[in-house]
Amino acid sequence: MEKVIAGKPITVNEEGYLTDFNQWDEKVGEAIAAENHLSLTPRHWDVIKYLQNEQKNQVALSIRRVGKSGVVDIKELYSLFPNAPLKTATKIAGIPKPASCI
Amino acid sequence: MKNLVILGAGTAGTMMANHLHHHLKTPEWNISIIDERDKHYYQPGFLFLPFDIYTPDDIIKTVEEFIPKEVSLIKSKIDKIVPEENKVQLTDGKQLDYDVLIIATGAKIATEETPGMEGEEWQKSVFDFYTFDGALALRNKLRDWTGGKLVVHITEMPIKCPVAPLEFAFLADSFFKNKNMRDKVEITYVTPLSGAFTKPKATEALTHLLDEKNIRIESDFAIEQVDNEKKEIIDYGGRAIPFDILVTVPTNKGDELIERSGMGDDLNYVPTNKATLQSKVYPNIFVLGDASDIPASKAGSVAHFEAEILTDNILHFVKGEPLTEAFDGHANCFIETGNDKALLIDFNYTHEPVEGSFPFPGIGPLRLLKESRMNHMGKLAFRWIYWNVLLKGTHIPFVSANMSDSGKHYEKALNE
Repeated sequence: MEKVIAGKPITVNEEGYLTDFNQWDEKVGEAIAAENHLSLTPRHWDVIKYLQNEQKNQVALSIRRVGKSGVVDIKELYSLFPNAPLKTATKIAGIPKPASCI
Repeated sequence: MKNLVILGAGTAGTMMANHLHHHLKTPEWNISIIDERDKHYYQPGFLFLPFDIYTPDDIIKTVEEFIPKEVSLIKSKIDKIVPEENKVQLTDGKQLDYDVLIIATGAKIATEETPGMEGEEWQKSVFDFYTFDGALALRNKLRDWTGGKLVVHITEMPIKCPVAPLEFAFLADSFFKNKNMRDKVEITYVTPLSGAFTKPKATEALTHLLDEKNIRIESDFAIEQVDNEKKEIIDYGGRAIPFDILVTVPTNKGDELIERSGMGDDLNYVPTNKATLQSKVYPNIFVLGDASDIPASKAGSVAHFEAEILTDNILHFVKGEPLTEAFDGHANCFIETGNDKALLIDFNYTHEPVEGSFPFPGIGPLRLLKESRMNHMGKLAFRWIYWNVLLKGTHIPFVSANMSDSGKHYEKALNE
């Protein structure tokens, strides 16, 4: 389905995740963050860039892995993206929701 | 003479020994299997032990009685694998050379991953049921528990038998009903996932059952620590859930020997080709069961389906033929739902569990994703099948290693 985000028509799935990363830019990220009542600081961006890079390298994302990345520890990840941090952060980053394994 | 060495004589390793000795015979081949343990536990029975449905005798046999006499059973602790030299080192200083190695060292709980988990309250009010000792301690606790807050908790995925904690919650509901004390027990199911299970269709059915049984669900809970003093589990976001009894599934990890050998990922699982079951790094090493990192369930049924395919692939490998990319992630699990009923789910890498009939399309007698007494009978019958058919590597009639689409209602699932 299509949704207007940051003034542009963007294709998202029913949970609001972008289905085409090429449509993502920082404005789109900020708009999705605002929908989730977040305003993005440089620390948020560190995490978002890290997640996008992992996604590009086809690494399966998990909270454990992010916590051991050296980019952010789990405590800080939760303070940056409260409640379900990985789900919120991947949505803002324009990448798929991590497949919770099996 | 060539050597095939199997590490681990649990469900997966034992099945491989039983499959392969028919094909790789002396004097050309010598098959060895190494495990330090004496006892073979029927692990699915750990779910029933706490509720006095099974006794310890039902679920313990010896490792030895399931290993064919043509295979050498070596009872020793394994220090490490030296894959560059095709050697396995034992802790007693001995070493074995191999031509082909099968890693079947499984997965186990790692309580040390969560601060406070194995603390003051361990086996007093904090329990696991993924070990024999844990399940037994829990049984003794539940026998005369007078009620309160029961919290069933998963630390993080992946875990062995991902449906087991749900089954535990369902069985607890009927256990306390039968004791006429359900009104004195508050059951909460706490999961790091966003819902009851990992697959959407099954989650729908299972969420409905949780509601029906008045079991509260707390989702997206990533545990930071167990507070032994306050008797609470606390997540990284500060959410605290109080308990009188905590039944937790700790982090599951592969064996430390994988770490010592430098062959695992951050949870000590061995990177493995999900279709051929060959190590991604060493062509003469194969991995099956819970020890691998493939995205299939860590369950005995998966190891069983893998074993049939791995046997073919090892025979291809020793003849220098190309491997078949045959494993489809097939899993088949009974889910006990209490009151002598169960669900059955059948799924693989690409197809999630759906409704339908099994194993005969349109007939059953087992029903997929629907509660029935017949499914429960199937689950109980499975213990006999495990000891008498599965471990011996005998093919289970009508149940193929690859999943069948017939008799299943896919139209909805395929659109997701």
